[in-house]
Amino acid sequence: MLIPLDRVAVNKKARVTRVQGGWGIRNRLSQLGIHPGDVITIIRHAALGGPILIEVHGFQVALGKGVAARILVEEGP
Amino acid sequence: MRIALAGQPNCGKSTIFNRIAGYKAVTSNFPGTTVQYTETKTHIDGYTCTCLDLPGTYSITSAEPAEREARKHLLSGEVDLIINVADASILSRSLELTLEVLELEIPTLLCLNMMDEAEKKGIQIDSQKLSSLLGVPVVPAIATTGKGLKELFTKVIEVGEAKKKGKVHKFSKDVEEVILPLVALLESKRPMNEKVPSRFLAIKLLEKDESFEEEIRPAPGFHRQIRLFQEKLEERHGVPSDEVISSERHALAMNIFEKVSQVIHPPQKDIRITIDRWVMHNVFGYVILAAVFYGFFNFIFGFGGYVEEPLLGIFEEWTGQLKSLLGPQALSFFLARGVLQGISGGVAIVLPYLVPFLIGLSLLEDVGYLPRVAFLMDVFMHRIGLHGKSIIPFILGYGCSVPAIMATRILEFPQHRFIVSILTSMIPCSARITIIFGLVAFFIGPNAALAIFVLNLIIIAILGRILATLYPEASLGLILEIPAYQWPPIRNTLQKSWWRIKEFIILAWPLLIIGSTLLALMEYGGVEGYMNWFLSPLTRLLGLPEVVGNTLIFGLMRKELCLIMLTQALGTNRVLSVMTPTQIMVFTIFVTFYIPCLATIAALWREIGKKGALGTILLTLLVALILSFAARIFLGILWQ
Repeated sequence: MLIPLDRVAVNKKARVTRVQGGWGIRNRLSQLGIHPGDVITIIRHAALGGPILIEVHGFQVALGKGVAARILVEEGP
Repeated sequence: MRIALAGQPNCGKSTIFNRIAGYKAVTSNFPGTTVQYTETKTHIDGYTCTCLDLPGTYSITSAEPAEREARKHLLSGEVDLIINVADASILSRSLELTLEVLELEIPTLLCLNMMDEAEKKGIQIDSQKLSSLLGVPVVPAIATTGKGLKELFTKVIEVGEAKKKGKVHKFSKDVEEVILPLVALLESKRPMNEKVPSRFLAIKLLEKDESFEEEIRPAPGFHRQIRLFQEKLEERHGVPSDEVISSERHALAMNIFEKVSQVIHPPQKDIRITIDRWVMHNVFGYVILAAVFYGFFNFIFGFGGYVEEPLLGIFEEWTGQLKSLLGPQALSFFLARGVLQGISGGVAIVLPYLVPFLIGLSLLEDVGYLPRVAFLMDVFMHRIGLHGKSIIPFILGYGCSVPAIMATRILEFPQHRFIVSILTSMIPCSARITIIFGLVAFFIGPNAALAIFVLNLIIIAILGRILATLYPEASLGLILEIPAYQWPPIRNTLQKSWWRIKEFIILAWPLLIIGSTLLALMEYGGVEGYMNWFLSPLTRLLGLPEVVGNTLIFGLMRKELCLIMLTQALGTNRVLSVMTPTQIMVFTIFVTFYIPCLATIAALWREIGKKGALGTILLTLLVALILSFAARIFLGILWQ
């Protein structure tokens, strides 16, 4: 089942299926190593609906809530 | 030989550059010119090389102006050799840029930096195998300790002499079936830019790179033809053509990565993960943030105040001796006093605060704390219509507004750059900070100084909120890499601070001395009276002594001049003997907010245009007037 990345709980893994949105967001995410098929680990959610921190390919990226909501993932490795 | 250092952000590129620059080189640093890159001339084995340190870029397709800058140089056709610096600890991602660099068909050398980090993660990399796969020499290195750099230089000469280009990697068959006919089309009908290889151009067009699409637009009918190729790729894969290419490149990079690396032991326990658990914690993160900046503030004040007091005393004494020696009305006394006050302003008032401030800021930058601040502050920045990344220009703004405004290039949207540039110019830069410390903290107390900083932040938040309403939501939201902490190479940090301090000593200080002398002469000739008279409506409105009018004019050149000129205009370093605490506060608030200095106006002009720059001048003047007038009334009642 596809869910947005920001709904994945801390310490869970998820596989990217699709990025909703235009060229800008696709380009930016792919530059930071986030492509369909990649496995992401959620490290933490910031307070008050702030950004989430994820790990992908061995490095960490902060994603704003709005951005994370546009990354559709499948839970589990 | 022209060498460009290219690499992704945080790969240690600048550390390598500084090693080269500090090695045996004449360095020139160009902050604040149209092109933001650092260039150095160096001699390697008898060759004179010009070495360019380009801004970090994740890929050659670029959305941000900072990346466009790097790309412009890489595509200029003037680069003879590229040193591609890759972070070995995140090799798979670094290789994506490497693959793009190879498509440029320029002699290239891959420097595998941060080998120690990779080892900590338990990753072993077979650099020979990587070298044969890529067709370019690969040099493992640890830039922070200087390991491997000597070999890097040797290889630079080798590759440069042989003009050896690397392998251009092929994508999967069905993608190549689209690329090849497009390359043929571009070969037969060159729409633009002779210097870029056709294959590179073909791939960029399939990636829908805006700037290349823009460049081929003039060629009639060409755009439609390109569109057909993009559609063909999209039909076959069911996703946009740019995604096809980026996935292909990603797969290639992963493939190479898996061939050359193996995990030899599980990652070492990393204390930095524990540190981050606290630093980015939902509650303690903010406590630490507050503590860090409070500590930083006190460190600057403690150090500066400790040094300023005795130095001021010495200069005061010298002025007194000059007076009795030359006679209080003599021209020579006015001249000597002007020069002395200019010198003392630099030594006793500016440097004691500037030095600890710049060293502290460089440390925070080099450790990697700033991206964490962006993470913590994102939610609050959204309240004023921005996102977390904009905190970085703001923090840099406490150093100098010019590089801070240039740092807005890390923001994706022109609207954000516009707003953040304007707001950044209102952050008190180190020059204004020395005024706040040197006047308010020193003569009134640290809490009063703190109050000015807090007031400043509140005003910026309010203005941000107002400016944000001018633009409908265009935000992409935060996408920011959080790099691992680095123990700052002390040498590097000090070197960076020194460059910034040197900028003050070479550019600003002579101006201070000249300005101070000029003012003394004007005072002698009675000219300054006219200027003060001209500004008297302003000074009277704010309840300031008429003689400070001049200093505000000089402050437009460099903000430090306000303070030096103030002591010059008042004729004493003991400001409290001629100004009341309220007057000091009003003066400082006005100076903190009013019109940015010339260099900043120029930076604004370049980054956000004439309208933006002129708008900022008006806005800041208005804000300064309202606030300092309000301060006069409010403090007049409070401190009666």
